[in-house]
Amino acid sequence: MPQISITVNGKVRKARVEPRLLLVHFLREQLLLTGTHVGCDTSQCGACTVLIDGRSAKSCTIFAVQASGSKVTTIEGLATDGALHPLQEGFWEEHGLQCGYCTPGMILSAVNLLKDTPRPTERQIREGIAGNFCRCTGYQHIVNAIQHAAKKGLPKRAKRARRTPKAAASAATGGR
Amino acid sequence: MISSSFDYARATSLDDAIKRLGAAGGAAKLVAGGHSLVPLMKLRLSEPQALIDIARIKALSNISELDGHIEIGATAVHHAVATSKLLRRQCPGVADAAGEIGDPQVRNRGTLGGSLAHADPAADYPAVMLAVDAEIHLKGPKGWRMVRADGFFQGLFTVDLAPDEIIAGVRFAPAPVSAYAKLRQRASHYAIVGVAAALQVNDGTIQSARVGLTGAGAHAVRLSSVERALAGQPLTDAVIASAAGHAGAEVTHLNADIHASEDYRRAMIPVFTRRALEGAMRRA
Amino acid sequence: MAAIPVLPKLVGERVKRREDPRLIQGRATYVDDITIAGMKHLVFKRSDIAHGRIRSIDTTAAEAMDGVDAVFTGAEIAEFLPPMPIGTPFPSPPHHSVAVDVVRYVGDPVAVVVARDRYAAKDAADAIVVEYDALPAVVDLERAMTGQPAVIHADFPNNLAVALVPGGTGVDGAMNVDDTAVDKAFAEADVVISQRMMNHRLVPNAIEPRGVVAHYEPGKESMTIWSSTQNPHILRSMIAALNGLGQHQVRAIAPEVGGGFGSKINIYGEDYVASAISKRLGEPVKWIEERSEAFVATTHGRDILGYVELAAKQDGTVLGLRLRLIADIGAYNMLLTAAIPTLTMLMVSGTYRIPAIRATITEVFTNKTPTDAYRGAGRPEATYFVERAMDMLASKLNMDPAELRRRNFIQPAEFPFATQMGAVYDSGDYDKALTAALKLADWDRLKAERDAAKAEGRLVGLGLAMYVEVCGLGPSSSLPTGGWEHSQVTIERDGRISATTGASPHGQGNETTFAQMLADQFGVPIEHVTILHGDTGVVKQGIGTFGSRSQAVGGAALHMAGGKVKTKMARFAAAMLEAHEDDLVFENGTIAVKGAPASGKSFADVAAFAYVPVPLPAGLEPGLSEEAFFEPSNNTYPFGCHISMLEIDRETGEPTLLKLVAVDDAGNLINPMIVEGQIHGGLAQGIGQAMVEEAVYGDDGQLLTGSFMDYAIPRATDFPRFELGATVTPTPVNPLGAKGVGEAGTLGSTPCIVAAAVDALSGFGVTHIDMMLRPEKLWRIIQGGQS
Repeated sequence: MPQISITVNGKVRKARVEPRLLLVHFLREQLLLTGTHVGCDTSQCGACTVLIDGRSAKSCTIFAVQASGSKVTTIEGLATDGALHPLQEGFWEEHGLQCGYCTPGMILSAVNLLKDTPRPTERQIREGIAGNFCRCTGYQHIVNAIQHAAKKGLPKRAKRARRTPKAAASAATGGR
Repeated sequence: MISSSFDYARATSLDDAIKRLGAAGGAAKLVAGGHSLVPLMKLRLSEPQALIDIARIKALSNISELDGHIEIGATAVHHAVATSKLLRRQCPGVADAAGEIGDPQVRNRGTLGGSLAHADPAADYPAVMLAVDAEIHLKGPKGWRMVRADGFFQGLFTVDLAPDEIIAGVRFAPAPVSAYAKLRQRASHYAIVGVAAALQVNDGTIQSARVGLTGAGAHAVRLSSVERALAGQPLTDAVIASAAGHAGAEVTHLNADIHASEDYRRAMIPVFTRRALEGAMRRA
Repeated sequence: MAAIPVLPKLVGERVKRREDPRLIQGRATYVDDITIAGMKHLVFKRSDIAHGRIRSIDTTAAEAMDGVDAVFTGAEIAEFLPPMPIGTPFPSPPHHSVAVDVVRYVGDPVAVVVARDRYAAKDAADAIVVEYDALPAVVDLERAMTGQPAVIHADFPNNLAVALVPGGTGVDGAMNVDDTAVDKAFAEADVVISQRMMNHRLVPNAIEPRGVVAHYEPGKESMTIWSSTQNPHILRSMIAALNGLGQHQVRAIAPEVGGGFGSKINIYGEDYVASAISKRLGEPVKWIEERSEAFVATTHGRDILGYVELAAKQDGTVLGLRLRLIADIGAYNMLLTAAIPTLTMLMVSGTYRIPAIRATITEVFTNKTPTDAYRGAGRPEATYFVERAMDMLASKLNMDPAELRRRNFIQPAEFPFATQMGAVYDSGDYDKALTAALKLADWDRLKAERDAAKAEGRLVGLGLAMYVEVCGLGPSSSLPTGGWEHSQVTIERDGRISATTGASPHGQGNETTFAQMLADQFGVPIEHVTILHGDTGVVKQGIGTFGSRSQAVGGAALHMAGGKVKTKMARFAAAMLEAHEDDLVFENGTIAVKGAPASGKSFADVAAFAYVPVPLPAGLEPGLSEEAFFEPSNNTYPFGCHISMLEIDRETGEPTLLKLVAVDDAGNLINPMIVEGQIHGGLAQGIGQAMVEEAVYGDDGQLLTGSFMDYAIPRATDFPRFELGATVTPTPVNPLGAKGVGEAGTLGSTPCIVAAAVDALSGFGVTHIDMMLRPEKLWRIIQGGQS
């Protein structure tokens, strides 16, 4: 099995993997970064979106071996030094999520969008998330959330507006 | 969906990739972005014994102008093509088509070479490659070979590419008066009908025209009768409308599926031919 | 004593969701995020033909593969797992979790692999060889009713799952039918509208596919099951029953659930199989659905054909309605399958005073994925049929569609209003919602814009639809599980509040809205309140989340339990303050005598006293924890008006939605921000049905739209910005006055969009277009007509 080395959320992760192991399964099952989700098997829904070398990509359509040597950012790596990313903040402020399943991928697509187009029109926002399906929100509050973040601007690492809230312990789990 | 097992190797250069491809004796496939191949592998419709990854061969992803010609490397991703200033200026139709492929994530990974090699009948690139009269540069164990787009797309998922050859890139003359227009299938965003047009215009007269059609049949084709109807005519709405009016009449086999019947596809060819030509005219 | 900070009232405010921090940081736990040491993975082998007899299943190669623990065929599973129960009183053919001898739809499971990981399980499933003797596929609904080309279940001649159940005017309890009044209405009519309408099949497609982890611990003789479900308590009951366990031996957990929309109400074969295999092997097992499986293995929605006839006077007064419903329910009855069309029948009177209605239902088996609840579940179909008919009537009478509706509305003074279908509408003011929507949309200006666009040759149309929905399900008489909801509210020893609810959410935001309610009820900061849900080990009782019932039933139970514990707490506080309990107010974190806040005791001090009550006030037990079951006396009936503007590309037939205005009346609102989100989501699915979504089967019973490549999920680019308004007509059915809002968006949007398309194409002589608005369909109308 080939050895791979991927920098995930700033940390070098080395592993021996089956070549057919999908990047999303590597992240979820070997690194236990379960914030990246799988929603389809035809590269359409975008729930598995991560950033590879700074650009959004569907981690269900990439073998982990292909990403060796790359830098990958997942939703878990987006907040910096305890501060929510402006997009995370925007999604919270503007009710940009309901069930939350598409949210990590949606947020990472929005990161890609704002990097390319810091002050997008509503049309550009809608096109920028056209590779991400949301079944709950009708997208309107997602658009608002991205507008909210665009207004604030992407972080220069110095902005530390808010402490990261602790993830509320889910009463309904217990598996892990 | 999980692919069958395979071996994986990364090629360090074009020649290294060719060597590895040859050594695998037909059992290996090339991968760069993987956005045509990986979905098929996950469905187990494609089960190669080995993948040779060419994504990191630096020289293969260039987009450049050399000796008055545009060159795009095979591993240039759609996003790079869609947003290339050079292409936006010199060949906007090509950038248009790249920007119409899939969605942002797909455009960040999918590559020109992958799309051409896969030759999905509803892919966007083949139409523009025909319209800009692209040379497709292939390299195999016996060296370089050049095929014109015209002869490259041969059938359903079938192109003029030997199993031991690699698409290295494409080359074409600038086509500043070019555009792409597409009727999207609303689920996949593939083309039900996509038409690319490139015009040579001098003093308001169309010197020559090339029009490529995708989505309608088993593979992309040129709309030669439209091209002939335009050549030598003044570039006007009326000329375009008239030339586009019977576009596709010579296309014998049309696809039909739940999204679009044969009749509907046939009727859409003139519409999108005219729209592509109008788009090009706006750039004249 | 320092000044007591004043706490704002939270009910009615746009409070940010408390669920979000974990979700936006990727720290939530969905079922596929659960790992247990030693856990095996299941993969199902499914039928790739629609109808056939299983000749043989060869599992030898699969069993020999590396990492494979076991392979079970349907026949083997049936030895230790009984067929699946259903929740409706209609007769039902046996339905095994894994097919035993005959496969009846593409996706019907035939075997299951247990293996080390999902890769190994998938490889093994691929290696199972199944041979079938193909049988003719029953695909066409109306042909199926004649028993052609095959009968799917031996005991159901002509494929009739439910044969011609009548309802409406002149039908008595014994189903005797007297058609006099209905016939008279049609005989006296000046105008009769008659139309066949198809409300087509949809695939729910929650973005999180289904999944289950089952863990039977032999030493403890107990089972824990995590499933992506809308109703863990129903899951627990049924998993216990089919595994021969008591309910006390099963703990069911709905972890974070990534959307349901009705498709996660069912207890599915995969849930049963996972639990039974875990019990048999004594090991934890996991099954995660792939999207391509979800398309065929998770219930579909809608697929009801309606023959609609509407009788009216020349002045627009509706005299009567005849409706013949034929539902294509697919290959089997699932939990509520047979009941969904009864909701359509119940609601066909819409917002109108229709004096005579005859409706009938026939439900038909076909070789397709079974149908069941999908957002709206029967009511969007009813709304669609009656609203389309009203539009056709308006068009025939050359009357403004708003005016025609106004003439037939049930008036505010008439509530509670019993329709001819037996629904008793709780409260309503339909004209108010219509008027608000017309104003918000600027209806007259829109009409002028449409006319101007048409004059330019553009195909622009307007549509308007009213809806009334049955929500807050419901009295226990209407649900086999009981229709109540349960809550327990506990004031902890430190004064913090833990409350449980049986309404298990999957995006609805109950952790926020319910905490808002308790924070207000007790006058404490919302940060001091936690809402627990989705775990039968923590939440003692519950029914679940469906039928827009979370707030109207679950919220009411929470309010009741809160009231009980508040009463008790007041008695402890009264003892401490030497005051009368009726004179106490709970606010700003204190309990004090009215008008004398400074003299009060802090909430935490009273809580502490209640747990160490020395001396114990007479007649009280220690502690502060109370529960309540809320049994609604009736369903609730929210309503609203949706308006749309649509343009069709004359050359391609492609429709573009230009505008959508929705005025919804869901009674009192707890959190308007969350309500807006619910409406947006409902609109998206309603618009999706009207414009892009359709499950299409081939003649051979293959699902031709079996992936996102062919089944369109609406994208952000498919919608304009929705414009929302609200009217507030509280319900008397529950103490909150809240009616429910989860499904509303799917009701008005579909008929109003189709109405807009018909309006846009009015120049081509069409009066009705079946959904969905496929460009080619519209293009054909444009080609066929003159304009």
